[in-house]
Amino acid sequence: MGLDKIWVFAEAQGDSVASISLEILAKAREVADTVEVFMAGHGDDHAEELGDHGATAVYVTGDLDGSLQGSAVATAVAAGIEAGDFDLPDAFILGTTQDGRDVAGRLSVKLDAPVITNVVDLEFDGDTLVGTEPVFGGSTNVKTRFTSDKVGIFLVRPKSFEAESTGGAEADVEDLDVPDLGAAGEAKITDSFAEETEGPRLDEAAIVVSGGRGMGEKDAFSMIEDLAKILGAAPGATRAIVDSGWVPYSYQVGQTGKVVKPTVYIASGISGATQHLVGMKGSKNIIAINKDSEAPIFAVADLGIIGDVHKVMPKLIEALNNR
Amino acid sequence: MKVVVCVKQIPDPADPGELDPDTKTLKRDVKLILDESDSYGVEMALQLVDDAGDGEVHLVSMVPNNEVSGLRTALAMGAAGATLISDECLSGSDALGTAKVLAKAIAAQEPDLVLSGTESSDGYTGTVPAQIAELLGLPSVTFAKEIAIDGGTAKVKRQTEAGYDDVECPLPAVVSVTAGVVEPRYPSFKGIMAAKNKPVEELTVEALGVDPAEVGWAGSRQDIIDIAAAPVREAGEIIEDEGDAHERIVAFLDELKVL
Ligand SMILES: Cc1cc2nc3c(=O)[nH]c(=O)nc-3n(C[C@H](O)[C@H](O)[C@H](O)COP(=O)(O)OP(=O)(O)OC[C@H]3O[C@@H](n4cnc5c(N)ncnc54)[C@H](O)[C@@H]3O)c2cc1C
Ligand SMILES: Nc1ncnc2c1ncn2[C@@H]1O[C@H](COP(=O)(O)O)[C@@H](O)[C@H]1O
Repeated sequence: MGLDKIWVFAEAQGDSVASISLEILAKAREVADTVEVFMAGHGDDHAEELGDHGATAVYVTGDLDGSLQGSAVATAVAAGIEAGDFDLPDAFILGTTQDGRDVAGRLSVKLDAPVITNVVDLEFDGDTLVGTEPVFGGSTNVKTRFTSDKVGIFLVRPKSFEAESTGGAEADVEDLDVPDLGAAGEAKITDSFAEETEGPRLDEAAIVVSGGRGMGEKDAFSMIEDLAKILGAAPGATRAIVDSGWVPYSYQVGQTGKVVKPTVYIASGISGATQHLVGMKGSKNIIAINKDSEAPIFAVADLGIIGDVHKVMPKLIEALNNR
Repeated sequence: MKVVVCVKQIPDPADPGELDPDTKTLKRDVKLILDESDSYGVEMALQLVDDAGDGEVHLVSMVPNNEVSGLRTALAMGAAGATLISDECLSGSDALGTAKVLAKAIAAQEPDLVLSGTESSDGYTGTVPAQIAELLGLPSVTFAKEIAIDGGTAKVKRQTEAGYDDVECPLPAVVSVTAGVVEPRYPSFKGIMAAKNKPVEELTVEALGVDPAEVGWAGSRQDIIDIAAAPVREAGEIIEDEGDAHERIVAFLDELKVL
């Protein structure tokens, strides 16, 4: 058992390869003999890290002159296939990210190949690859495989697999031909803004302290920030308070935000809607504070406190400060 | 300016129905409503047309079962008309099949701008917008949290992992909007009454000019081989705060050796 070749779409995050891409590489390597990477931009900066995570080659588009990645990467891959530049892989795996979805969507049209989305696990059924996707907010798992001979495109959710370095040699860097993208390539980035917070990154922190609408008002979110600071944790939030403008989107945990799997997740004034739970229920330990004993968050909590955040949080902060 | 908005009609998330074990598709015999994720696209479209000073908002929706109540909600908000592609053969369609149908219906409207949600509440594939754009040969900007139209250009703030990018894109284009970008208006009584008489063109897949083999369960070229309840976390310790619950939290963090 085992596939010959898998292609992975990798993304950069600052100077490094994004964690989601390294996670996918770990799984790809497990199920296939050869793993090759496609990436926007230049490969030299990432060849070593990609090789160390099991990729033998990285195909790069070069400078995109501000164009979004979706059209450029999909067009280059499809053109390369058309020209017979590559042997087709058994599957193409991308991350459930903004650009990952763009590339997958556009490539699926170009290759007329279906996409299996929201994959949280990949396994073999005989010698075909099967994806597991949570539906109904994670209460049910569905396992799906492709029935056509097209390249199967899988979109994998972050934190589904664990990144692992293999000590592999630096990946070969190969340039892709990017044909004229026509109108589809006309969407251009003119400027970039970061809303990064101090302290550890939300999706990498060992402890995450998140607040929800139960904090009552925007100012009370400072308790979340204070507790996070004391614990060396990252602050997080529900969509309810992101939408209310209390904190930026980069704080959001859940279905449409970040997936986190910290050692400890502290949920304060959070009801535990399914769309929030899918982003955090993989945490090793969950502590919940909610005044409603019926709140769904308690169903996933290892330690549940039925109480008022305005009473529990200040005392918790004080107790930890006094240590 | 003509703006086409994709609106999905979905089972009420409070009562999502279940998977049919035989066909392995969602049982859709429940009443469908406007996906909340798409109410933002509708509102955004209405505001952009308002700002432009002229034009109209047209809806496209695809369902297997003639449902229009979600469309009526969006019409009551102020959209001028709608195209509904309704056909039993659409049941089980995947994102690509859906995009093929929607793209055909959108092209017929010759829009300046196409809006959609970034992901639907029940399907959340999040690939339909890019697929539509690719099928139509248009640029796309997904994950928009702000859109302004400046002449023939869309200026979009596009959400990224770290923050956002400013993206500029000539029209026509496909833009998918994130939830919470605007406050969707509540339909007024007048709006609801007016919606009853607004035109909804209903088409079958063949009338639209799409090959039925490309849609539905067969068109998706996927097989569900297993459906099972997800493993549940074991229930933990739940205590009522008597003024000292913080001590239990500190002790728990100590046990985990994270302090
Ligand atoms: C398509 C889609 C995608 C979504 N994606 C996400 C996502 O990525 N992330 C996300 O978080 N949500 C997401 N949501 C929204 C989600 O459904 C919920 O609406 C949201 O998570 C609720 O946030 P909340 O828990 O802060 O607020 P609420 O549900 O309003 O809960 C507030 C809680 O605080 C408690 N409370 C109130 N006062 C106090 C007090 N003084 N002390 C203690 N407890 C108190 C209440 O008992 C209640 O349980 C999505 C929804 C949809 C439809
Ligand atoms: N059946 C449908 N009818 C109309 N619009 C749809 C349909 N399915 C998806 N869309 C649009 O595509 C967006 C993303 O959906 P999805 O890719 O399924 O997550 C939705 O928010 C809608 O705007």
